[in-house]
Amino acid sequence: MAFNFTAFTYIVALIGDAFLIFFAIFHVIAFDELKTDYKNPIDQCNSLNPLVLPEYLLHIFLNLLFLFCGEWFSLCINIPLIAYHIWRYKNRPVMSGPGLYDPTTVLKTDTLSRNMREGWIKLAVYLISFFYYIYGMVYSLIST
Amino acid sequence: MSAYNPNFVPPAHAPVPLNGNNLVNGLPGAGQQQHPQPPPSAAQQYLAQKQPQQFQQAPPAAGAYPGAAANKFLPPTSAVVGGPPPLQLPPSTVPPSTLPPHLRPPPTTNANVNGPITNGSNGASSANSSRTASPRPMGAQPQQQPYGQGPVAAALGNPPRASPLPTSQQQQPAVANLTNSMQNLNLIPNRTNGATGSGSALPPQQQYPQQKDYRSLGVAMAQARPPQFIDDKGTTSGIAPNVMPSPFSGQKPPNLGPLPSKMFGTAATPDRPAPPLAGQRVAYGVPPPPSTEQQNQQNNNPQKAAPPPGTAWPAGIQSPQSPPTQQVQQPSPYAQAYPPPLQQQPLPPAVQPPPPGMFGTQPTGAPLQYQAQAPPQAYGQQQLPVQPQLAGPAAFGSPAPLNVAQQGFSRLWGQDTIDLMQNRHILSPATLPPPKVVLHNQFHESINCSPSIMRCTLTKIPESNSLLQKSRLPLGIVIHPFRDVNSLPVIQCINIVRCRLCRTYINPFVYFVDSKMWKCNLCYRVNELPDDFQFDPATKTYGDVTRRPEVRSSTIEFIAPSEYMLRPPQPAMYLFLFDVSIIAQQSGYLEAACAVLNRHLDEMPGDARTQVGFICFDSFVHFYSMAEGLNQPHEMTLLDIEDPFLPRPDSLLVNLKECKELVRDLLKQLPKRFAHTHDPGSALGAALQVAFKLMQASGGRITVFQSCLPNKGPGALEPREDPNNRSAKDVAHLNPATDFYKRFALECSGYQVACDLFLMNQQYSDMATISGISKHSGGCVHHFPLYQKTKPHMVDSFRTCFKRYLTRKIGFEAVMRIRCTRGLQVHTFHGNFFVRSTDLLSLPNVNPDAGYGMQISYDESLTDVKTICFQAALLYTNSEGERRIRVHTVCLPVTASLPEVMHSADTEAIVGLLSKMAVDRSVASNLSDARDAFINATIDVFNSFKIAQNLPSGQSGQLIAPRSLALLPLYILGLLKHPAFRVGTSTRLDDRVFAMDCMKTLPLDQLMKYVYPELYKIDALIYHARNSNSSTTQDDDEEEDEPLPELPRLQLSAEHLDSRSIFLMDCGTLIMLYVGLNVPSDVLETVLGISSTAELGDYVYGLPNVVSNENDVLKRFILRLNYDKPYSALVQIIRDTSTAKGQFIERLSDDRNDSSLSYYEFLQHIRAQVK
Repeated sequence: MAFNFTAFTYIVALIGDAFLIFFAIFHVIAFDELKTDYKNPIDQCNSLNPLVLPEYLLHIFLNLLFLFCGEWFSLCINIPLIAYHIWRYKNRPVMSGPGLYDPTTVLKTDTLSRNMREGWIKLAVYLISFFYYIYGMVYSLIST
Repeated sequence: MSAYNPNFVPPAHAPVPLNGNNLVNGLPGAGQQQHPQPPPSAAQQYLAQKQPQQFQQAPPAAGAYPGAAANKFLPPTSAVVGGPPPLQLPPSTVPPSTLPPHLRPPPTTNANVNGPITNGSNGASSANSSRTASPRPMGAQPQQQPYGQGPVAAALGNPPRASPLPTSQQQQPAVANLTNSMQNLNLIPNRTNGATGSGSALPPQQQYPQQKDYRSLGVAMAQARPPQFIDDKGTTSGIAPNVMPSPFSGQKPPNLGPLPSKMFGTAATPDRPAPPLAGQRVAYGVPPPPSTEQQNQQNNNPQKAAPPPGTAWPAGIQSPQSPPTQQVQQPSPYAQAYPPPLQQQPLPPAVQPPPPGMFGTQPTGAPLQYQAQAPPQAYGQQQLPVQPQLAGPAAFGSPAPLNVAQQGFSRLWGQDTIDLMQNRHILSPATLPPPKVVLHNQFHESINCSPSIMRCTLTKIPESNSLLQKSRLPLGIVIHPFRDVNSLPVIQCINIVRCRLCRTYINPFVYFVDSKMWKCNLCYRVNELPDDFQFDPATKTYGDVTRRPEVRSSTIEFIAPSEYMLRPPQPAMYLFLFDVSIIAQQSGYLEAACAVLNRHLDEMPGDARTQVGFICFDSFVHFYSMAEGLNQPHEMTLLDIEDPFLPRPDSLLVNLKECKELVRDLLKQLPKRFAHTHDPGSALGAALQVAFKLMQASGGRITVFQSCLPNKGPGALEPREDPNNRSAKDVAHLNPATDFYKRFALECSGYQVACDLFLMNQQYSDMATISGISKHSGGCVHHFPLYQKTKPHMVDSFRTCFKRYLTRKIGFEAVMRIRCTRGLQVHTFHGNFFVRSTDLLSLPNVNPDAGYGMQISYDESLTDVKTICFQAALLYTNSEGERRIRVHTVCLPVTASLPEVMHSADTEAIVGLLSKMAVDRSVASNLSDARDAFINATIDVFNSFKIAQNLPSGQSGQLIAPRSLALLPLYILGLLKHPAFRVGTSTRLDDRVFAMDCMKTLPLDQLMKYVYPELYKIDALIYHARNSNSSTTQDDDEEEDEPLPELPRLQLSAEHLDSRSIFLMDCGTLIMLYVGLNVPSDVLETVLGISSTAELGDYVYGLPNVVSNENDVLKRFILRLNYDKPYSALVQIIRDTSTAKGQFIERLSDDRNDSSLSYYEFLQHIRAQVK
C-alpha cells in the first residue's frame, strides 16, 4: 500500500477522464441541438471548435503520463483514439481558427450523423476507460 | 420546294420527325430524310388546319361535309355513320397531303406509319407524353384545353344513343375507333394535364415575362386556371362551341397529325350517330368523347370493360423479350386504319355506348390520365383471352405479333423498354419529356407544381428505403423556386392557414375532414380552418373551401402579415465593387459595366428607398461620397487596408432617386478616372470588409467585379494552378485555399447581405476560393474568362448578362424551407445558400435564375401512405419592400413495385442531381472518384433494372433500359466530357470550378443544355421559310404568328453533320451555327448574307441582318430557343474550316476523342459491367 507515481497517474487520469466525459456529453448535446433546430450552426460551431483541441491535448497528456509510468496496457487501449484524433484533425476543413466543425457543412445529414455517432462512441470509450482507471488506481495502490 | 439540298426532303412540318418514332425505333436519324411521302406543303397544312374551323363557323355546311370527310379519311368499313349516308369512298380518292401521315393509306412503307405510334404508346398511363405530341406542350395547352374537356361535355350534353346497336359488321369500325382513341389518349392527358398544371398552362409567349401581381384574386385566378372555367361551362352547357376553334388556330403543324384522326374517327363512330347539326359540331369540335372516355374507364376497370380494347389489340404477353420497337408500333395504326377483318367476339352492347351514369359520376373534366392507375399486369391479363389471330400486324406481315401486343401495352403504360445497344439514336421526342406525375383519384383534380419549378427524380416514390436502394436511383428534388412566372396567384389574407404542428401551408393536397377541419398532408395532424377560409374571394361566396386559391393552385404567393417580419422590410440596397487594378483596366470591363449600369439605372428593381453605392479597389480602397450639395462625386482613398474602416458614416450609400445625377456622373467618370493606373495590387479582402460594414445595417446586395487574383491585404491569395498540369488525371485545388471568403460570406448572410461575383479574369484568379463569397451568401457567380474590350462578342455577352442581372427580380432577406411528408427528410442541399437548420436555407438574396437541389432520405418507411408531398416555401422581401411567401407544393404517389419506380424515373432530374452530388464528391474527395461515381451509378441502375425485370443474367449483347432511363448513359457521357468533370483535355482550373458551380446552381432546364447541348439541323427551317414564302399571298395576316416547324433534336455526334447543311447548337449561353462547306450559295445568301463560306471569318459572332424569309425564320427560331433563358444567347457562326471548329467539335459528346469513349463504346462498357 503505497502512493507511487502510478497511483498518482491513475488519479490524474480519473479526473482528466471525467472532464473528457463532460466534453463528450457536451458534444452529443450540441449536435442534438443542431439536429432539432435549436441552435444556429454558426453559434454552435463557434462554441464547439475551441473545445476540440483542449480535449485532444488532455487526452494525449493522460497518455503521456501512462507512457512515463510504464502503464503499457492503458496506453495501448488509448492509442487508437489518439490516432483517430490526429487523423481527424489533419483532415479538417480549411479554416483559419482551431477546431473541426465548419458551419456550412455541419448540417449535412451525413456529417451530422457521423458527428453524433462519434460523440456517443467517444462517450462510451471514456466511460469504460474511467472504470478501468479506477481499477488501475486501486490495483496500483494495493499491489505494492 | 427548293432544290437547295438535293437529298434533303425536309421534314418541315411533316409530323414524322416530330413524333420522331424513327428515332425511337432505332432507325438511323437519317430515316427522317427518307420519308417516302412528299411532305405536305404549307398551303395544305393550312388547309388541314382550317377545315375544322370552317366546320365550326358554318354548321349548316358542316352537316354534309363531315360525313364525307370522315368517310374519306377512314377505311371503307368505318363509314357507317348513323346520320349522314355512307359514302364509301375509297381512301385513294383522298388528297393524301391533307392527311396526317398516320392516316394515309398504309401500303407504301412502314416508315410513315410510325407517326402516331408514339402517341398511342405514350397515351394513357405514362405521363411522359407531353412533349411527344407537341414538343412545346405548354404553348398549345390552353388552347387545346377545350378539346380535352370537350369529350366529357359532349357526352353529358348528348348522351350517345344506343339504338343503332352495332352489328358485328359495324363493330369493326368501332374497334378501329377504340384503337384510334387509344392512340389519341396521349392528347387528352396532355390537355387535361395542361389544364390542371397551372404553370404549364401558359402560352409560351407569356411564360417568361415578369410575374404580375394580381392583387385582385378574381383576375389572378382567372389567369391561373382558365381550364376550370371552361370546363364548368362546358359541363353546364353541354357544348362549348365558342372555345372550339381555338385548338385549331393554335395548333402547330405537328399536332395536326393526331388531331384530325381523332375528329374524323369520332365522326365516323357507328354507334354514336350524331344529331344533324349540333351533333355534327360536337363531333367535329369535340374529339371522340365516348370512346376515349370509355377507354379510360376500361383502363381503370379492366374487369368490367377490358374486352373492347382487347379486341382491337392483339394479345400475347408471354415473351418478355421483344424485338426492337419498330414492329411494335405498327399494330395500332394499322388496326386503326384497317381494323381486323374478323370480329369473333362481339363487344358486349352494354359497354359500347357509354352509360351516361358513368359520365355523370365523373367529376367535371376529370383528368383522364389520373384514372389510368390500374396495374398494367392486371390490364395485360385481361387481354389474354382475346384472340391473337386478330392481330392486325400479323396480317401485315409483322413477324412477332405476340411481342407486339405486349410491347404495345407496356408502351401504353409507359413501361416499355429499349435495348440501348440496338438503338443508338435514342434522343427522340418520346424520351425527352419529363414523366408526368400520375396521382390517385383523390387528387386527380389537384394541380401539381409545374415541373419547371420543382421536379423529383422519381415520379413514383418507393415506399421504403430498401426499395429505393434496390432501384439504385438517387432520390431528390431539383427546384427553381423564384423562377419568373406570370399569372402567379397572389393573395393577401389576414391569417395564412398553416398546420399547427409542422407549419405546412395549406395546399391542394390536403384532406378536408369537413368544412371546418383539414388534415395536413405532411404530418397528418387535423387542423381547424379559420372561418374566413370559407369565403371565396374570387366569387365572393361562402361555403366551398375547395374554391380557395390556396387549395386550387400548388404554386401560390402570399403577402405576408407582420408576423413574418423580424424587422421592417429592408429597402433595395445595391453596392458595386469594381476592381481597378492594372489588369482590370487592360481588360476594359469597367467601361462596359458602367455603361450598362448607367443605361439601366432606372430599371433596377426597387422603390423610392433604393440606395446604391460604389467602391473601387486596387492596392487601396476608393470610396465615393455623393452627399447632398456636392456637384460631383467626392473620392476618398483608404490607405490602411490591413484594418479597413469607413471614412465617413453617410453618403457612401445614397438614395438612387435623390442622387441620380451624381450617380450618373460618377459612372461616366469612373472608367476615365482609372484609365491610366499602373497599380498591380488588388485588395479585394479589404474592399469586401468595408463593403460589409457599409451594408451591415440594412442588408442588400454586393456586386463584386474581380479581374485578377487578390494579392493585397486581408484575404490575399497565392496562385495555385500549375498551367502545365491542366489536363492531368487528378485535379488539385478544387477546394478553397483559405476560409477568409467563406467566413466573410457567413458573416454577410447573418446580416442579410449577399455577394455576387463577376469574375473577368485574364489569368488564374482562384475562383475556388473567391467564389466562397457567393456560395455561402446566396449570391451568384458569373464568369467571363479572358475578357477583353477588344473582343466585341465578349463585351456583348457581358452586357446582356449584366443587363439581365441588373433588371431581374430580386428577393431580399429570404429564407426557404423545404418540408417533406413524415418519413422523409432532406439529406443534403445543393446550391448557393447557407443552411441554417436541417430544413431551412438562409438566402440573403434570391434571384430568378438560381436553382437548388436537395437529396432526400428516409426516416421511416412509407408503407401506409399513398402519396407524399414536398413543399418549398420561400419567404422574401420583394424590391418594393413587401414581405411575401411563395409556396410550391408537389405531390407524388408512392409505390411498392420496383419496376414502377424504375419506369417512373425522371432522367433529367436524376442527371441534375447526380451532377450536383458529383461536384460535392470531387471537392470532398477527388475528381476521379466523381467520374467513377457517375459510371457506377449508371451501371448500378441498369443492373437493378435487369433484376427488376427478371431478365436473364449474363452477357446477352443487350442493354435493356426502361424508356424513362434510356437517355441516362447519353447524359452521363455528356457529363463525363463536360469541362467540369473531364480529364485529359486541357481545362483551366477557374473554368472547371465555374462549371462545377454552374452544376450546383443552374436550374434544371438550363443545366441540361449546359450538359448536353441541343443540336438541330436547320435545313427544315430554311425549307419552311421558302415554302411559306409562296403561301404568303394567302395568309398575309397569319404570317407573323405562323408557327415554326418543330425540328428534331440530333444527338451530339459528327455523324449527323453534313457539309451541305447548316447546324445549330444551343449550349445555353452560346448558340453555335455550324455552316457546312458545301452549303448552296443561295442559302448562304439568304441566311447569312454571304455568297460563299470563304467569306466567313474564323470567329464570327452575331447573326447578320438579311432581309429574307430564311433569315427571319432562323431569328425567330433562335428567339424561341432563347425564350426560357435568363438572357439571350450569343450567336457564333462557325465555318467548317475555321479554327473555331474545335469549339463545336469538342461539344459533340457522343463521339470519341483522344481521351474519352464514344457513346457506343460507353454503352459497351456499361453492358460489360452489368451482370
